Amino acid sequence: MRPFQFHSPSNAAEALQKHSRDQKTHYLGGGTNLIDLMKEDVERPDHLIEVADLPFKEITQTANGGLMLGATLNNTETANHKLVRKNYPLLTMAMLSAATEQIRNMATNGGNLLQRTRCPYYFETSMPCNKREPGSGCGALNGANSKSALFGWSESCVATHPSDMCVALAALNAKVHVGQADGSSRVIPFTEFHRLPGDQPEKDTNLETGELITGIELPESEFPDHYYYYKVRERSSYAFALVSAAVGLQMQGNTITKAGLALGKVAHKPWKLENVERYLEGKEASLSTFEAAADLAFEDAQPLSKNEYKIELGKKTLVQALVRAAARS
Amino acid sequence: MKPSNQPSSQDRKLGKEEEQLLDELGIFGQSRRTFLNQMSAAGISLMAVPYFTSDVFAQAPKAPDLDPESLLNALEVNLKINGDTYPLQVDSRMTLLDALRERLNLTGSKKGCDHGQCGACTVLIDGKRKLSCLTLSATCKDKEITTVEGLAQGTGLHPVQAAFLKHDGFQCGYCTPGQICSAVSLLDEAKRGEVSYVTENVKDEVTQLSDKEIRERMSGNICRCGAYNNIVQAIQEVHSGKAEMPRWEFATEQELEASRTAE
Repeated sequence: MRPFQFHSPSNAAEALQKHSRDQKTHYLGGGTNLIDLMKEDVERPDHLIEVADLPFKEITQTANGGLMLGATLNNTETANHKLVRKNYPLLTMAMLSAATEQIRNMATNGGNLLQRTRCPYYFETSMPCNKREPGSGCGALNGANSKSALFGWSESCVATHPSDMCVALAALNAKVHVGQADGSSRVIPFTEFHRLPGDQPEKDTNLETGELITGIELPESEFPDHYYYYKVRERSSYAFALVSAAVGLQMQGNTITKAGLALGKVAHKPWKLENVERYLEGKEASLSTFEAAADLAFEDAQPLSKNEYKIELGKKTLVQALVRAAARS
Repeated sequence: MKPSNQPSSQDRKLGKEEEQLLDELGIFGQSRRTFLNQMSAAGISLMAVPYFTSDVFAQAPKAPDLDPESLLNALEVNLKINGDTYPLQVDSRMTLLDALRERLNLTGSKKGCDHGQCGACTVLIDGKRKLSCLTLSATCKDKEITTVEGLAQGTGLHPVQAAFLKHDGFQCGYCTPGQICSAVSLLDEAKRGEVSYVTENVKDEVTQLSDKEIRERMSGNICRCGAYNNIVQAIQEVHSGKAEMPRWEFATEQELEASRTAE
């Protein structure tokens, strides 16, 4: 690991001030991704600013009936919080499908949104990767791309976003609260928080350099009863998804009145399925409806040389999640 | 190698007590010759005093000062470990795992992968299980750290340690300190009613863990020897409070046949 200076500010204002607003400074949350990347020599910061103990550790009810999840609260305490489990069980399920208890105990909510891709070319410094080293090329484009993106990729990057939590947050229409150095703040809708690679794959999100996530806002609970996070992976625990599907449904009898849907590990960002959500509204819950929904979800998929299997797998994953969500009483 | 004026071990005659001491320390052959070349005869004799009067291996660890050249960004931290406080100067890069093992001689916590993938370095920080290989020492100020060395009460094993012995929850033992720390924390999580990904409905609290729940919750601790069945059994015994006989047995011919023909 390369040398760096460690800063431990006592409040958010101080943390924001300390940030050099260039790539040489990183905020340090739980460190479960960043410290690993520093050991791999992928990340090479000169300064680390510890933010894990900043006072954003509460879960509070918002004026419009939703919840605000503090950015520095860890993933375990968030997923197991009484109000999250009761009103946003989809989020609990997605968060608990990720990593292990040890890692969830360390990982912060803000950090979860900012984890980097698990594309092997990003981790291997002897390989080309535009995300790690802009201009060096994309090794995965015509290489080992069996786990790469199906949607929204570009010639310069075919990486996927690895988070499970973020897939549920996309389905639930969350918002991200962000603090800026001048003391102001802004709110970013979840679907606009992460970005597609385009010709700047080094940028995962639309955060300005130096901005600090302070909280994640959930709207009023919409899917407390019919929910499922279905995660398909190469072993049954402690693995990143090949494909995952987050499903929340509102039902009256057997009729779907509202749907919140997103897919994981198919794109550079959590893949919100707005057209499929609209398609399902007013439909009867049935296997044939769900299969048609899955066909619609993957209509625009653009497979690479080695990941065409993810289309069929993804469709079945979405159908299974829909079936299980609808079947809950 | 620096030329030495000292006689080599072959040249030097050892006293009977010195021979016995080196035998008991398990230093033989080339190791013995290397060891003797580094020690004066007086040194060995001095060593014999603490060796025979107390347990040298149980002495309180003293952290040697680091070479100033290796301390590029030095930080002072007070690490509170197993009830003791260790003031320590560390480089900003030093992980908690390296501080424990390399500076404080607390070598119970193991370095397996050093990348957060194996769980061998699991320790408890403020009562929660975490990975010491991905934790910077600098972030541990004012936190209570418990390692596997701190679980026993005096000579009495922690119930999880005793259960691992009874159920043979290990083979080579390398992952065991991490497994045990993880299991100790798991029992507390169950008492708090925490749910997991395999919980049928996460809206319900879970305080009685099935074996399936234990497997999911222990998936961050890899065991290359494959002692998983016995590990689950050991944890289940402590969790449920029901003493169980080790319940492994050889598969019957029918069971073997069934597993061969399973899809």
